[in-house]
Amino acid sequence: MISSIIFISLLIILGIFSFKRYRQIYQNIQLGMPWSPSNQLKDRIKNTILIALGQKKMFSRPIPAIFHLFIYLAFIFTQIELIEILIDGIFNSHRFIFHLAEGSFAASIYIGLINFIEILSVSAFVATLVFLSRRNLLKLPRLNMKELTGWPAKDANIILIAEIYLISCIFIMNSADLALQDPANSQYHFLLSSLLVPFWNGISFHTIEIFERIGWWGHVIGIFGFIAYLPYSKHLHIILAFPNAFFSNDDAKGKINYMPQIFNEIQSMMDPSFASNSDGSEMKFGAKDVQDLTWKNLLDAYSCTECGRCTSSCPANQTGKLLSPRKIMMDTRDRLEEVGINIQENGSFVPDNKSLIHDYISVEELRACTTCNACVEECPVNISPLDIIVQLRRNLIMEESNSPQEWNMMFGNIETNGAPWKFSPTERGNWANK
Amino acid sequence: MIQVKTMADYLAQGENPDVLFWVGCAGSFDDRAKRITSQFAEILTKIGVRFAILGSEESCTGDPARRAGNEFLFQMMAYQNIQVLNGYEVKKIVTTCPHCFNTLKNEYPELGGKYDVWHHTEFLQDLIDKGNIKITDTNEYKGKRITYHDSCYLGRGNNIYEAPRQILEALDTDLYEMKRSKKNGLCCGAGGAQMFKEEEHGGIRVNEERTKDVLDTQAEIVVANCPFCITMLQDGLKANEKQDEVKVLDIVELLNASI
Ligand code: SF4
Ligand code: SF4
Repeated sequence: MISSIIFISLLIILGIFSFKRYRQIYQNIQLGMPWSPSNQLKDRIKNTILIALGQKKMFSRPIPAIFHLFIYLAFIFTQIELIEILIDGIFNSHRFIFHLAEGSFAASIYIGLINFIEILSVSAFVATLVFLSRRNLLKLPRLNMKELTGWPAKDANIILIAEIYLISCIFIMNSADLALQDPANSQYHFLLSSLLVPFWNGISFHTIEIFERIGWWGHVIGIFGFIAYLPYSKHLHIILAFPNAFFSNDDAKGKINYMPQIFNEIQSMMDPSFASNSDGSEMKFGAKDVQDLTWKNLLDAYSCTECGRCTSSCPANQTGKLLSPRKIMMDTRDRLEEVGINIQENGSFVPDNKSLIHDYISVEELRACTTCNACVEECPVNISPLDIIVQLRRNLIMEESNSPQEWNMMFGNIETNGAPWKFSPTERGNWANK
Repeated sequence: MIQVKTMADYLAQGENPDVLFWVGCAGSFDDRAKRITSQFAEILTKIGVRFAILGSEESCTGDPARRAGNEFLFQMMAYQNIQVLNGYEVKKIVTTCPHCFNTLKNEYPELGGKYDVWHHTEFLQDLIDKGNIKITDTNEYKGKRITYHDSCYLGRGNNIYEAPRQILEALDTDLYEMKRSKKNGLCCGAGGAQMFKEEEHGGIRVNEERTKDVLDTQAEIVVANCPFCITMLQDGLKANEKQDEVKVLDIVELLNASI
């Protein structure tokens, strides 16, 4: 009875807490400008299945992809067990589903499933150790760059350690559970945890019972903590990878999104009969702050796994320039969080004399991009750092007139000569007369 | 000397060319790129493709302006070019510059310019496939150790990796891939309007980094498909004092010497 009450209370607290946080994230994403992908529904579903569920883009680097797959599968399948945990917690029962199915074929499915989860858990355990050592011992360059110092590095380790903790709880629980059974008349058998049963030899029945409960509660508290922690962490990608893949465009990567306001402007300038559909509100060119980006850019920012594949393939970053596409995404998210808190505290956004450009992302970073699309190609969750870079560049040029002298000359030449260099258009065909 | 007609010439004769050859700014004004332009025109002439250029009516597509952030200037250029192209009722375009290719193909449609746009690598590959271009058995690149540099706007930007490689295969060259190639190909450093400004502060220039990949293959020739990549790779080789050992050629130049 008491344990049911504790469990239900924890569940309610978790529910309220998580609802608030997820709602906040949703509202933050809604701060972005309108955007809709141009592809068909069936392509979007295909992207979601291939990229989010199937992790297709992870496999361009097969070794980490396989270890990541272990953790991912273990995570997904343990959620099935979560259903039973919820029932057992609320009704203070023990392995409710098993006892419901006992004696029937469904019981063997149950046992098979738990066995499968155990195998996945061990693989995930190994993968977690590999990931921890690659991050902290091998010091893989892309996982040890300066933008990860502090919280992001901790965040990554916290989750990895939490995984080890959760898996340990499962094995304590399952093996203690097996040890408590009468060997002659055992109801279920779990392959891997039965290997651990000898450890319980010589320990009193009562103590093992307590450990079984510790394993169970440890697991429950771990899972609840994980759910509550998730939306504060880069691990939110396990949820947001899905909508992010769903709302991705299938346009050629070389294409840059156009600005309809400018199209209207030019049409009405050139053609007086053109009926402009602009609403006459003040025009803003490019993005200065997070609210000027599209909501997809903001969803991208929350979906970023901070894996740094983008940065490790970026030509600018590889040659020692300041630019790091991962940092572009992390900065966007951090600034969005700040703006979200500002709105929450003041009811609506109160200018804080800060913006994404300058205060988070410097001009030098933006200027280093070659628009090569390596970051977009690499990102396992279909994020485009480049789309944000271009919008920020637009703001620098068109709002701030902040441009290197050489670019101003290039603009001037294009405008007057129709070419980025100082040649007369009449010389254009000259190559043919040679 | 090749006889090249403009769209205006065709119009005056009441005729229509098969395809418009969009030369691009580098192809029109850069000395190295001009040689590639003429060779492409030569190939077209040899095999009897009726093509026209716009001549003085062609303008910058606006690609560098757009990527620098000057969307206004980009759309102004697009507007002018689309007026000209639509005025001549152009249907099919081929270009030797992947930047022009990308802009004309992917970015002009939503501004009112819809054409069937080809990059010269795919265009030539198509002609080889159809048997219109016949490669001589004794071409001078047969068995040569070469490597191929994917430009960003042809490769990742438009997923064209195979057509240029098929041409190199048709020429019977000995292709050695760089360690970063196709989807993982490293940029030459020119895109995003970098061509028109000094590089940002850093450890090494992007083109010099890419030149290391080229040198690692020990190829005699690095083949490219973009006038800007060619400039960048040549400069990178010069910085390594390897310009005499490794040649940078456009795929057009290999093909023109072999038919
Ligand atoms: S598009 Fe820009 S940010 Fe992305 S990899 Fe290329 S240079 Fe780096
Ligand atoms: S943007 Fe994509 S590739 Fe880059 S760190 Fe985030 S998830 Fe990884």
